[in-house]
Amino acid sequence: MLKILKNFRWQYWVLAVVMVAFIVLQVELDLALPEYMSEIIALITIPGSTMEQVWQAGFKMIGISFGSLLCTVVTSFIAARIAAGFGAILRKKIFDKVESFSLEEINKFSTASLITRCTNDVQQILMFITIGLRLLITAPIMAGGAIIKISGKSSELTTITMIGVAVIVVFVVILTLVVMPKFRAIQRLTDNLNNVTRENLTGIRVVRAYNAEGFEEQKFDEVNQKITKTHLFVNRVMSLMHPMMQIVMNGLSLSITWVGATLINANKLTLPVMMSFNMYSMQIVMSFMMLIMVFIFMPRASVSAKRINEVLDTPNSISNPQNPVSANDKKGVVEFKNVSFKYADADECMLKDISFVANKGETVAIIGSTGSGKSSLLSLIPRFYDVTEGQVMVNGIDVKEQNLADLRDKIGYVPQKAILFSGTIESNLRFGNENADKDLLQKAVDIAQATNIVQAKGFTGNVAQGGQNLSGGQKQRMSIARAIAKQPEIYLFDDSFSALDYKTDKLLRQALNKEVSDATKIIVAQRIGTIKNADKILVLDKGKIVGNGTHQQLLQNCEVYREIAQSQLSKEELENA
Amino acid sequence: MPRPNQMHKSLPKAQNFGKSMGKLIGFLKPYLLATVVALLFAVASTVFNIIAPDLIGQITTIVTEGLFLPTGIDLGAIAKIGTTLIIMYGCCAVFGYIQGWIMTTVTQRVCNKLRTQISQKINKLPLRYFDTRNIGDVLSRVTNDVDTIGQTLNQSLSQMVTSVTMLIGLLIMMFATSWQLALVAVATVPLSMILMLLIVGVSQKHFKAMQKNLGNINGHIEEVFSNHTVVKAFNAEEKMTQKFDVYNQTLKQSGWKAQFLSGLMQPLMGFVGNLGFVGVCIVGGIIAIQNNDVGFIGVISSFMIYIRQFGQPLGQIGQITNTLQSTAAASERVFEFLESDEMPDESNFATHFDTVRGDIEFKDVYFGYTAEKTVIKGFSAQIKAGQTVAIVGPTGAGKTTLVNLLMKFYQVNSGDILIDGVSISNLTRTNVHDLFGMVLQDTWLFEGTIRDNVVYGKQGVSDEVLWRVLKATGMDHYVRTLPKGLDTVLDDKTTISQGQRQLLTIARAMIENAPMLILDEATSSVDTRTEILIQQAMDKLTQGRTSFIIAHRLSTIKNADVILVMKEGNVIEQGNHETLMQQGGFYADLYNSQFENEEE
Repeated sequence: MLKILKNFRWQYWVLAVVMVAFIVLQVELDLALPEYMSEIIALITIPGSTMEQVWQAGFKMIGISFGSLLCTVVTSFIAARIAAGFGAILRKKIFDKVESFSLEEINKFSTASLITRCTNDVQQILMFITIGLRLLITAPIMAGGAIIKISGKSSELTTITMIGVAVIVVFVVILTLVVMPKFRAIQRLTDNLNNVTRENLTGIRVVRAYNAEGFEEQKFDEVNQKITKTHLFVNRVMSLMHPMMQIVMNGLSLSITWVGATLINANKLTLPVMMSFNMYSMQIVMSFMMLIMVFIFMPRASVSAKRINEVLDTPNSISNPQNPVSANDKKGVVEFKNVSFKYADADECMLKDISFVANKGETVAIIGSTGSGKSSLLSLIPRFYDVTEGQVMVNGIDVKEQNLADLRDKIGYVPQKAILFSGTIESNLRFGNENADKDLLQKAVDIAQATNIVQAKGFTGNVAQGGQNLSGGQKQRMSIARAIAKQPEIYLFDDSFSALDYKTDKLLRQALNKEVSDATKIIVAQRIGTIKNADKILVLDKGKIVGNGTHQQLLQNCEVYREIAQSQLSKEELENA
Repeated sequence: MPRPNQMHKSLPKAQNFGKSMGKLIGFLKPYLLATVVALLFAVASTVFNIIAPDLIGQITTIVTEGLFLPTGIDLGAIAKIGTTLIIMYGCCAVFGYIQGWIMTTVTQRVCNKLRTQISQKINKLPLRYFDTRNIGDVLSRVTNDVDTIGQTLNQSLSQMVTSVTMLIGLLIMMFATSWQLALVAVATVPLSMILMLLIVGVSQKHFKAMQKNLGNINGHIEEVFSNHTVVKAFNAEEKMTQKFDVYNQTLKQSGWKAQFLSGLMQPLMGFVGNLGFVGVCIVGGIIAIQNNDVGFIGVISSFMIYIRQFGQPLGQIGQITNTLQSTAAASERVFEFLESDEMPDESNFATHFDTVRGDIEFKDVYFGYTAEKTVIKGFSAQIKAGQTVAIVGPTGAGKTTLVNLLMKFYQVNSGDILIDGVSISNLTRTNVHDLFGMVLQDTWLFEGTIRDNVVYGKQGVSDEVLWRVLKATGMDHYVRTLPKGLDTVLDDKTTISQGQRQLLTIARAMIENAPMLILDEATSSVDTRTEILIQQAMDKLTQGRTSFIIAHRLSTIKNADVILVMKEGNVIEQGNHETLMQQGGFYADLYNSQFENEEE
């Protein structure tokens, strides 16, 4: 928790000190209030007091109240400024850090978790800072101040107050200890409840097709009973809190009055002191309760702080080389030299001893079953991951020695899952090439067979987050156009054609071959039809290259390829091909 | 648990507060007696709370008077009052707890019932209902909304009663004790009201802005983080960061204003409270001095407590009206769901098929998910028992819609679907569902054992049958390798591939052993080699049954007896593979396009 505060700027530390000063002042003022009250009480008991004296004391009290209000306003102001500013800094730091992560770090945390860390966890910390931190500072000062005021005035009453505090602290701690584990259970059961309901909803057609409504309701009922039971327990226990607090507070003021009366009778105490004691003891009890609240909430914030620190402390596994080798005159050549690759916490290699060359203008296809390592292979080229062994060379230079931005500028990547960004059609097309002119954009759109999408929506047409207002095939074509607009030397298509129907698939590839014949194209695909005409086909099986050649050659000499082909084409077609 | 963030949420408002609360209270009816008893306890406990300060005041008066008496303070009298007070405080706490216990129990029972009803309702709603709503929405009704009701109803009901009782009681006590001081105390009420309204008015605006900005930045973060590779591949980090900075700064601005303003509320209320306090001191002091009445100190000391208590119900009533708003909003959402139109009642349907031959006829079927757009336009087809029917066509041609109609998930707009010559509108949904086995593209398995997933609600399936089916789907080996075999729980930690999942759903359909079968894109999400396995399993399944196969990959459907080629909601070609290829129409075109050479 403390570590996260290191991200404070020095201005905030100064502000924080000012804030503490104002809090001290405010507590001082609050504590002074009962003194003037005793003064008025004293005035009444002293015969011959004038109304002016009462008014004077009264005005002082109003002044003090107002002063205390001003202090709180200043404190709130500073607290809000610090929290908002700190939040912005934290968010920015996490965002920048995540932006610099390679896929390896992203996978380590998972995207969903990174998002929560940058949003929810930051909110948690802010909440703690605005509310918790202030209480954390105010409570001890207030308790301390009140204790100083009453100390030495009556040891008996002080003892009573302390007992009251002790009872409340012990009680709340016990209650919390009993209830906390159940709170976690509720969290878990809520997840279960959600899960069962989600299952019923996502599988609603299956549930109905199998007439399994009763089965689903029974599953739900089980969780429902459990969660109700836990809720009942927790709430019944927590119902103790309020009556218990009341009894302690009331008991305290009764004890002080009663014992106080005895003491006054024995001439050990005066009436005004007793009355102010009543006020101060309440304040002490309240401060302790505030502290307890803070400690109940602290664990949540510190969990968040820990999660944020984890992100900020993760070293980047891929960064720019110290002295990047600048490009040479080679263009569009990709070479794998005995590349093996293993994911960070995997036991086995995803890719083993891969070697091949893709020359300028060539089309190289990669085929294989799911999990054979096709996508992993592609992701090594833009250096999303670093190889475990061997070298990946682009234009004859190891990718590790190139400036990352320069390297990625040469590459047009089309991912498996087409995703667009919120904005317009045009902003998406310009995503990798800010300065592309309209003609280039139009050409890219035409090649990608996306002309009708752009015609329908217009270049200024709105694109929702993730491109949700476009269909799968439309998104895929837009995502291809986005890569073309970048005018890269090397295209990487990661199973990018599977969302397209056969006809569009064919037209798109024809256009690509015609319009960007200079560029090297590396295509991962499932359909034999998509890759049949490639210059070179690599057949991957369990991370190894088991075939390398043209369609015809592979049909002759590669068993795995033949199997794939047979499952998709009929005998005659294979023979005719 | 107190929730510190509650202030910071802009609370959702109910459209119709009274109506939603009325329905919720209707749910309380079975517990009416318990609730009334609880509320009586609350009133009793509050009354004690109000009388107590007066007694404390009496003690102070006795002390003050004692100062001027030669006999000293009457400790005996104090002891008497003290004992009464102890008993009162004790009763007060016990009553308070009994009240809390009853209300908690009632509220949780109501929540339990609400949840059960939602769960049952899900299965009574037509699929159409879910077309326009996302799952998250329904989920949040089951959990969040019911939780909100559970958390707020409990407190707000009893607090409302206690607060009102307290307010009235305190007013009576105050005016009875000293009408002058009572007026001082009451004078603070309008002041705090005005201040509260002012702040809420201003801060609400900033809260809305903050909430919106928070939404913006979270959306942006989500977009960038989930598409990390694309951002990197296109060197767009800088662009994204710039956009982030803008959002971040706007959030910071609206954030601190909202926090600051809402933070003002408490100190201001405290200030008003202090003013009341000061006012009582001054006015009380003046009265005491003017009347030369030292005993008035007792009155003042009672008022110290009254004032402190007076602030409580006022603040609470303000808070409760707010909480009740969110209770109402939550129950409105829950009841809206519970009251949605259900599927028509079919309990009086006489026709029932135990088994069928499997002749199916579509007769001039028209259907649209919405009134504006017709998806199926005059579809007609006759399928003979035992035939395998493949439905092909481009996306949006209405293939899945046809299945939805056949399964009676949706009702046709016009036309009819007949099974063995009987219209499905004369058969119950349950009966129609029993007649079909179904395997869908999205391989739906739930968190549960493999056994439960495959048997899925069917009674009396022996392990022997289960293993036979698993063997038929080629899954027996995999299941045997699992440490717990059939009782292995499938959850997100189980390593099970997409293909294996699909095979399990096929096994499920085999167990159901229905006379007819629907396979909707059952192989499109697996790679081609796994597809062969699935294909084999499916072939076993389709033997001797009327089967409908929808597929993307044309290789899967070549062996079908009848291929229906659909385009824009209608059948444009029909026949088997060979005849359709000879026709050289749409199907042939579609089929050939996967083999044509690029360079043509």
